[in-house]
Amino acid sequence: MQLLQKKKKNILELWMKNQLADEGLREDLISNEDLRSQSEELINALVGNLSLSSSPDLESDEWGPVVEILGGIAITRARQGFSPRETGNFLFSLKEALLVVLQQEISNDPQSLFEESLKINRIMDNLSVVTFETFIKGREEVILRQTDEIAEISTPVIRLWEGILALPIIGTLDSARTQVVMENLLQEIVSTGSSIAILDISGVPAVDSLVAQHLMKTVSATRLMGAECIISGIRPEIAQTVVHLGIDLSNIITKSTLASALAYSFKIMKLEVKKANSLQVIK
Amino acid sequence: MDKIPILRMGPFLLVTIQVDLYDRLALNLEADLVQTVNKTNAKGVLIDISAVSIVDSFMGRIIGNIAGMCKILDAETVVVGMQPAVAITLIELGLPLKGVHTALDVEKGMTMLRSMIDLGTDDDDQEGSEDDHIID
Amino acid sequence: MMIRKVAKMIISLTKDSISVQKEQDAVFLKNRVKEIAVKIKMGLVNQTRLITAASELVRNMLRYANGGVCLIEVVSSGRINGVRVTFVDKGPGIADIAQAMRDGFSTGKSLGLGLPGAKRLVNEFNIESKVGEGTKVTILKWANG
Repeated sequence: MQLLQKKKKNILELWMKNQLADEGLREDLISNEDLRSQSEELINALVGNLSLSSSPDLESDEWGPVVEILGGIAITRARQGFSPRETGNFLFSLKEALLVVLQQEISNDPQSLFEESLKINRIMDNLSVVTFETFIKGREEVILRQTDEIAEISTPVIRLWEGILALPIIGTLDSARTQVVMENLLQEIVSTGSSIAILDISGVPAVDSLVAQHLMKTVSATRLMGAECIISGIRPEIAQTVVHLGIDLSNIITKSTLASALAYSFKIMKLEVKKANSLQVIK
Repeated sequence: MDKIPILRMGPFLLVTIQVDLYDRLALNLEADLVQTVNKTNAKGVLIDISAVSIVDSFMGRIIGNIAGMCKILDAETVVVGMQPAVAITLIELGLPLKGVHTALDVEKGMTMLRSMIDLGTDDDDQEGSEDDHIID
Repeated sequence: MMIRKVAKMIISLTKDSISVQKEQDAVFLKNRVKEIAVKIKMGLVNQTRLITAASELVRNMLRYANGGVCLIEVVSSGRINGVRVTFVDKGPGIADIAQAMRDGFSTGKSLGLGLPGAKRLVNEFNIESKVGEGTKVTILKWANG
């Protein structure tokens, strides 16, 4: 492994040549200078480690610095929008450079060349796995952040009338979001003192059994608190799903549109909508 | 020993639970309320739990008991002010408290009690008016 | 080829041990659980679920085993934090756990919702019991989940 240390420069040059020649090079996301300094940092750490130990166990402390540098590179790539393949190729082209240089140095001893190549192979493969894992974590963080943002803006509460709330839901309902909607609805009922909440799901394309359960829980909790919850805007596809899933909605008040839910609410609140007297003289 | 105060408002009794009831206190309340309903001939009981943040199955059972006992003594019970977190937890616990009337707040609870009492005592009203006539 | 395993370990960050022998202790336990749940920024509804579950289990402990010990831990699994409460008693034990976990089953005069209800309120629930030796129930609630 000592010879790799000596040949660090060669490895770097070969690696850079490979990377720059690759058509997947993302000069728009990272400049060639930055790419070079990233590569140099990694090579220094990696070759340094290889000369100390060729143990492929990446969990050991000695690999710490390399794993850290690699992790940092992977997360940055994820955030910047590099594809998994581009990030992977970063390492694969390094592996190639290492093996080529190794071959140049140990050209006379095939057995030794094979052994050393195998070691390098194992280490680089493990490092690739670390890279991918970290890359995925970086992507997940972006998704989580976006999910939070969406959850915040997506369920307005509308005061349709005194004592009547409407909550139109738009978009896919997953279990987590339904819980948030439920808590919101109940809280709004308390803070506005409304006796009826209309949950309109005409903007929801589909529900699964978990979401349906949460919706039923919402209705039950509303009733337990002394108010009423009407579900409106159930699409025919959802009606089919619900029946196929064997969910019993007989205890829940459902209306096909928000308008009919409102009319129903007026009825139970004993409110009438009448045409005003048209014989009014305006002076 | 703490006692939960029971207020009287005409034919109704009002109980405001300010703390998370521990078991002995809850049992005392059950006994007290029933005694008081009997003594005052109350027609309605309003239990305000807006300050209660935890209702477990024991507490739920007490509430159900109170409603049942009062009904036997011809008084209706309405529980008001249930917090959303409590409602959700009770449903998930499996305690829908069927048979217990609920309302959002004291005002709505009183309206509910009055309407329940009115419907149940049409005969009384008639008797009352007859009495008035007789007195005149 | 060796692939590094990503361990999904739950590690304990803080530990509080509370002995419960009488009703007041149960109140103290519930308050302590609430304090800790608030500290790790658990949402209000989840707090309520956790404390209600603890209330059920501590009542069981007092009623059937004359008390026991509760251990409250703040735990962490990677990025998320949670509260884990363990109830250990040296009571009579539960002969048929499956039966005890069914809604409506009660050896006392209760509604029989304590054990199965508590399980529904938390993320992880574990019960071990030996007749004549005692019972250990462990519940875990993540801060947001």
